[in-house]
Amino acid sequence: MMNMKIRQLSLSALRNALLSLYALFALFPIFWMILITFKSDAEMYTTTFQFHPTLYNYKEVLLRTDYFKAFLDNIIVSSGAVLVSILVGVPAAYALARYKFKGKEDLAFTILSFRFAPEILVILPLFMIYQALGIYDTYFGLIWVYQLITMPLLIWVVRGYFEDINVEIEQAAQLDGYPWYTVFLKILLPLIKPGLVAAGLLAFIFAWNSFTFPLLLSGFRIETVTVASLKYIASDTVHYGQMAVAATVAALPEVILALLIQRHLVRGLSFGAVKG
Amino acid sequence: MQNDLASSAIDYGKKPFWVQARPYLIMAPALLITVGILYPFVTAIYYSLTNYSFRTTTFRFVGLKNWIQMFSEPEFWHAILVTGKYAVASTGTEMLLGLGIALLLSRESKFTRILRVLLIFPLMIAPVIATIIWQLMINNSVGILEKFLNLFGVYDFPWASSAKTALLTATMIDVWVYAPFVVLLILAGLQSLPKSPFDAARIDGGSAWFTFRTLTLPMLKPFIYIALIFRLMASLQEFAIIFALTKGGPGNTLMNLSITGYTTGFAYLKFGESLPYVLVLWLIIFLISRKLVSRWLLVQQTATGN
Repeated sequence: MMNMKIRQLSLSALRNALLSLYALFALFPIFWMILITFKSDAEMYTTTFQFHPTLYNYKEVLLRTDYFKAFLDNIIVSSGAVLVSILVGVPAAYALARYKFKGKEDLAFTILSFRFAPEILVILPLFMIYQALGIYDTYFGLIWVYQLITMPLLIWVVRGYFEDINVEIEQAAQLDGYPWYTVFLKILLPLIKPGLVAAGLLAFIFAWNSFTFPLLLSGFRIETVTVASLKYIASDTVHYGQMAVAATVAALPEVILALLIQRHLVRGLSFGAVKG
Repeated sequence: MQNDLASSAIDYGKKPFWVQARPYLIMAPALLITVGILYPFVTAIYYSLTNYSFRTTTFRFVGLKNWIQMFSEPEFWHAILVTGKYAVASTGTEMLLGLGIALLLSRESKFTRILRVLLIFPLMIAPVIATIIWQLMINNSVGILEKFLNLFGVYDFPWASSAKTALLTATMIDVWVYAPFVVLLILAGLQSLPKSPFDAARIDGGSAWFTFRTLTLPMLKPFIYIALIFRLMASLQEFAIIFALTKGGPGNTLMNLSITGYTTGFAYLKFGESLPYVLVLWLIIFLISRKLVSRWLLVQQTATGN
């Protein structure tokens, strides 16, 4: 009896130790990055944890460079992309959830396959087309290409939320003589709202994190934080504190957004395949 | 899991044309927007048969020249190898680590509840930004890992700057970002498992390993497959982490198909020659994903007994 108790205790100690080790691996780099943002260049090499905290790095990055403009550009492009995806994607998700029609599943899988198309393959020809159309390095061009990131996510996740709604609710409303668009706008949309908001925020995070598209289809007039932060690695005289500020400012919004949509995260991340 | 759609769909079968066409009309804008972007895919095949270059304005049809040249290029086979190594190393580690951590996290305690939230953080950070964060960790002058390794008598560990350790470093960053993805999916799977078979196994006195092998694992399979599909498809075409870490270097150590396609097209400006690389990448991803998705549908049927 005593032996069993000891065995159980040591087992749970081992479990917690392993989890702590993983937690250290997952979280320490973030802590280290934030710590470095408050270090001056002079103390960067000489001290580890004890130093005189300063806001100098934040001032340099946010006021002296166009990093803040990149931050705003990122907000414009990402939220623009999500809005377009919601406007055209939600009706499409509804059609996929509620109508029977020829080629439905093929259409749904075609939309999903956009997500898995290698980004470089899309970009190479698109680079030429964008130059020819004059939409290279424009908000319009980026918002358009971001649809490959945001649209499949939104359509697949929102489709699942529509399917969760009992079809009898709709049929009852239709029997009462409401046209389909009233049923859609006044009855269905409010029901899926929490899921829709979560999917929209996750799509925003994905768009925010996008790197290959803004790197190769913009960069002069419009720059996103993912692209702008790279400059801090490139030069030989690296200011690590400023590099850390750039990374922190780029990472913070999405970490906060992710906390808001925790409950819907698994469902969104798996495009509706896993209803967590 | 996906519901049975047919039972919940409204049947508009015998209706006038405009009612039958309604689903297509509703979907048209979404399709137009995305197909407009996908049109380049078709042109990609055409331009891979030309000598188009960003340096000159004229180009001509050269047949299969680019393709034949690529297949005779050792760089191409090297890129295939790197693509495979990177995908297997990172996806493999993420699956094993993710399964392990998910099993550890499936027990209820204050610690696991907090950790389940905190572990989302790395996953939400852009891979490029994650690479910058790790540069701050591995850098030999300001990085704390150097000081940590010093304790064990290891000095100036080369990390991304040596051909021997570059893949390890890139994999470590990939695992840091994406292992939580696998954890979250498998954890959702674990929490959805029915209780009764496990109670029965405990009463029958089955060992923990026996229960895991014969009950947990088979029922988790659909979740494992979903995680595997998403991770494999993405790691086969990983661009951001490698680009931000070394741009494919040192030398050509980390030049996978994505990076090679990018370098040929945008750095050497040989557009026509770059396309076969990314088209091959697309083909690989397409074939593997089709195979895995059909496997997933199969294990899902087996696991749920439908």
